[in-house]
Amino acid sequence: MTGLYLAYTYAVARPTDGLHRVATTLSGVAGARAHLVEPTDAGEVVAVVSPVPAADFDEAALRHHLEELTWLEEIARAHHHVIEEIAAHTTVLPLRLATVYLDDDRVRAVLDARHDAFRERLSQLAGRLEWGVKLYIDTPAAPLTAPPQDLGPGRAYLHHRRAEQDLRQAGYQAAQTAAERIDAAARLHAIDRVRHRVQQGELAPGPGTNVTNDAYLVETEHADAFHAAVVRSTDDLPGVRVDITGPWAPYSFATPHQDEESAP
Amino acid sequence: MTDPLANRFDSFPSRSAPPGGQSSASLADILERVLDKGIVIAGDIQINLLDIELLTIKLRLLIASVDKAKEMGIDWWEHDRSLSSHAEHRQPLEKENQRLREQIEKLQAQTALPPAADADADPTPRRATAKRAQPRSRPTTRGAP
Repeated sequence: MTGLYLAYTYAVARPTDGLHRVATTLSGVAGARAHLVEPTDAGEVVAVVSPVPAADFDEAALRHHLEELTWLEEIARAHHHVIEEIAAHTTVLPLRLATVYLDDDRVRAVLDARHDAFRERLSQLAGRLEWGVKLYIDTPAAPLTAPPQDLGPGRAYLHHRRAEQDLRQAGYQAAQTAAERIDAAARLHAIDRVRHRVQQGELAPGPGTNVTNDAYLVETEHADAFHAAVVRSTDDLPGVRVDITGPWAPYSFATPHQDEESAP
Repeated sequence: MTDPLANRFDSFPSRSAPPGGQSSASLADILERVLDKGIVIAGDIQINLLDIELLTIKLRLLIASVDKAKEMGIDWWEHDRSLSSHAEHRQPLEKENQRLREQIEKLQAQTALPPAADADADPTPRRATAKRAQPRSRPTTRGAP
């Protein structure tokens, strides 16, 4: 039989002086205070945990709740909040949403088992944060040119379609150019890059159409230069918009990835 | 104290619960990170990975699509294993054909369009022929066995 509370685990972090204090000021996913869990032989990693009611976080409840966008948003924001605050004080490896253990001892067992791997990735990410860079292009308006009067309906339709097509092509061209310039500028200051899916749909309203959605890993002291270079890279391009978000805890880089490491 | 944990849990989940309201980050940006990224460790509570995957897919319908980028020929998706699950390789030519076919069909549907001078054949079998003639992007047979 499980207890009344389960151990919701946010992140693995590098312990620092005062991290305990920071953690205990944070309100977690169910409103309870967070705390740190240490490995059995106090080491170079800790886990950030908070108690959550079993009634809301056991398997059946969780599966059910995750389908509710309101609930999911609350959990996601709370999860993110804890990680963000911890990341402001030390290096973190964010865990995926809803990583839940029966109790702190079970969390400790995971720390014991994976201590070295966690420590290694933490040291690789030390002093580095993630920045999001999204590129948008203006949604093409209807073609301005009216078809010549003497066209029949069929040819007028074709004419219209062609004008639309041209307009879209021009937009795509601009997007390609902008995407290349942004990436070139960003890579001057970034250590790594991960591509996310472009955003569209209800949760990601424009303005404009999102055409790239990237995350860059940047040294803290290069953040300003990174920011400036990315902004500058598309200054003279009409019809495109760059949205920079961050700094984020290195969510997108918590797990080492294969594709980009050896990119030229 | 007046604010024991148990009481705070009672009202959960409620809209007033999210802590701070600190971060101005958009929900889409947060969800794509907390659900799609981050370290995956099997917890004791197994919302098994399959459920999370399904959830992620559903959310993708809300927040994300690769179609736009692909349409524009930005094709890193093809090289990203995690993204290319249904990245059947569509030839640009095939796409162009598809587009043209749609256009022809639209035009044919417009009754205002006068029949072509050589409209001796019924258009239906014609279209069928055109479809069948559509080249499949099958690789040409390699050398003799």
